[in-house]
Amino acid sequence: MPRSGPHGLPAPLLALLVTAGLLLTGCANPGTGSDRDDPTRPVTLRFWHGWSEKNEVKAVDEAIARFEKRYPHIRVEATGSVTDETVNQALRAGGGKAPDVVSSFTTNNVGQYCSSGMWVDLDPFLRRSGLDKKAIFPGTLLDYTRYRGTQCALPLLADAYGMYYNRDAFEEAGISRPPRTMSEFKAAAVKLTRRTEDGSYRRVGFMPNFRLYENSPDRLFAQWAPRYFDEEGRSRLSREPAARQFFGVQRDLITALGGYGPLERFRTTFGDEMSSQNAFLTGKLAMHLDGSWRSLMLADARPSFRWATAPMPVPDDRPDTYGRGYLTGTVAGIAHSSKHRNAAWELVKFLTTDTDQVVAFANAIHNVPSTKAALASPALDADPAFRTFLSIAQNRHSVSMPPSVNGGMYITALQDFAYAVEAGRVRDLDKGLRALDRQIDADTLQSAN
Amino acid sequence: MAPLPAAPELRRRHLRERLRTLGFLSPWLVGFTVFFGYPLLATVYFSFMHYNQIQAPTFVGLRNWTYVLRQMPLFGPALWNTLWLVVVTVTLRVAFGLGIGLLVTKVKTGAGFFRTAFYLPYLAPPVAATVAFVFLLNPGTGPVNEILSAVGVPAPNWWGDPAWAKPSLVLLSLWGVGDLMVIFMAALLDVPKEQYEAAELDGAGRLATFRYVTWPAITPIVMFAVVTGVVQTMQYYTQALVAGKLASGVSIGPGSVVQPGYPDHSTLTVPQLVYSLGFQNFNTGAACALSLVLFALAMTVTSLLMRRRAGLLTAED
Repeated sequence: MPRSGPHGLPAPLLALLVTAGLLLTGCANPGTGSDRDDPTRPVTLRFWHGWSEKNEVKAVDEAIARFEKRYPHIRVEATGSVTDETVNQALRAGGGKAPDVVSSFTTNNVGQYCSSGMWVDLDPFLRRSGLDKKAIFPGTLLDYTRYRGTQCALPLLADAYGMYYNRDAFEEAGISRPPRTMSEFKAAAVKLTRRTEDGSYRRVGFMPNFRLYENSPDRLFAQWAPRYFDEEGRSRLSREPAARQFFGVQRDLITALGGYGPLERFRTTFGDEMSSQNAFLTGKLAMHLDGSWRSLMLADARPSFRWATAPMPVPDDRPDTYGRGYLTGTVAGIAHSSKHRNAAWELVKFLTTDTDQVVAFANAIHNVPSTKAALASPALDADPAFRTFLSIAQNRHSVSMPPSVNGGMYITALQDFAYAVEAGRVRDLDKGLRALDRQIDADTLQSAN
Repeated sequence: MAPLPAAPELRRRHLRERLRTLGFLSPWLVGFTVFFGYPLLATVYFSFMHYNQIQAPTFVGLRNWTYVLRQMPLFGPALWNTLWLVVVTVTLRVAFGLGIGLLVTKVKTGAGFFRTAFYLPYLAPPVAATVAFVFLLNPGTGPVNEILSAVGVPAPNWWGDPAWAKPSLVLLSLWGVGDLMVIFMAALLDVPKEQYEAAELDGAGRLATFRYVTWPAITPIVMFAVVTGVVQTMQYYTQALVAGKLASGVSIGPGSVVQPGYPDHSTLTVPQLVYSLGFQNFNTGAACALSLVLFALAMTVTSLLMRRRAGLLTAED
């Protein structure tokens, strides 16, 4: 007779079940780090970041060199071109080579990082260092680096979005200044559009399709400063009057410029965003939404036309908000698995709060400085193209995306919906927005469960 | 006659035989347990848990299943696309592979060249082949549309139009049909020549010869091609993801994630959705529930195909 376990199960089966249970639960708990390290002892930190362009990597290396000079006992091994997806997967997988200090090019995932505990809460470190975060960082930037009271990231430079425009094309079309309202914007876009003899486009005044480079709907929608969630955290896009206005303006612009199909077909002729075949660089776009960093790239590429920068236009009924723009930024934090959290904090603190470092880094890669002191620094680059973005970043009407428990999932849902709207596949906008709200709420509930 | 062994001796002998059998089976048993049994068990377990791969899992009952089957709007399009690709791609690939196999077995001169030419595309890495097809079928600058326009044929927006995106993927899979061609070629060359001679003597035409001689001989191979094709297409991921990403033209910066399914979710397949849920949104429970749906679907379709009455096999096969 086979021997049985305490519940009458055969011993081999019981052993198999116990092993399976241990394996299942064991895999579910990746190792955690520690904040008991002595930051004055020699240590090597791993720093993962997303910068990949030559000038950017040089700037990061210079920043690390400055840090290592100040803290000679801490060595930093930097790894660039790391995506959020890689960071997310690596920190969940664990392992001895996981990073100590991590950064993300987007603020979209901060809610996820904070709520999951994947990036550790920095408030205790700030307190221990005697730093008052509200005195150091602008409010908007602090908002996008925390989630429900957990400050798991700090701003590491910011990105402001505005308009790049072709000054030669403006002169040729007889337009004296960049448009400030959506009506002016549409008129200018139509006026700047040029066609070939066979009727296809040579240049469009503005490419309104959401899939172009940085044109994602959340960035354009920022000109209306919508409220995405209500007090209970429920999606409220169907209750947001600006949503109807925004989609209406975009569809109107598409129609005025020739329709979604022809524009989308023209878009497929554009080269890669980060290459010399960028459509603004090749003269296929007269006005273009982009981030502050583009000014350096354009200066390097030396296009065959003169260009300038300006804030994006605002809704006709809110002219007083002109100057606003979409704000996001790089954020930095400490990985939950780091066993050298105190040393890691020294690096995060240096990169995000040291005024000289922040100014030098901002000038090097044309990102907006992320501290109040750095924003006021006389050492900031005086390039007028860059100054436009500094001004957008400091505009009180500028907005960023609210953090969510599932990161940028609601932004992805909005993008999907916006793609359908621009293609004319959403016949009833109100009904579509209500369905979008339901989807966002279901996704949020599923992630927060 | 030797005396029968005593009962304990008999039991020991049976035990030794069983252990020997198990010993020979053990490499497979270990592999099956580690790479199939445990992952399947874990998938079932996590489908009832909330688990973000950081915090400890918590039991949520049927919440993940409700979310996947009733609240996730992309489940419907992904399932439809997967089934569409299974039906259309497998049917066309088998028909095309068989057709090419028939052609290359009939060719008298240059057979080696044609067999190599048809097989070579299969050797191209899937990503490279997809990138090439996206370039060839680019609606704005691709050579295919330039040729079509030059001869007055309306040029489709291959990768940009939801109605054309899946057929474009089918074209890509037909281009790489070399694997099936080789299998069918071997099966066709294996049909006894005597049967063809007998059919010829009986005055059978080409169609009748194919229907009554070739087809019965190759049906087990056709069955194999269909079943493996169904299982492979249920796992369709790389080509659809690469084509969708490239054709969308959306820049994927270090802070972004690839949104599969361009255009309008028409190339979104269930495996892409599983990856997206599990490793982009870290919604492990829902990803596991969706994986089990796919597993059940693949098992059902394969079982239906394998049933003798419903499939192509006879009892003798």
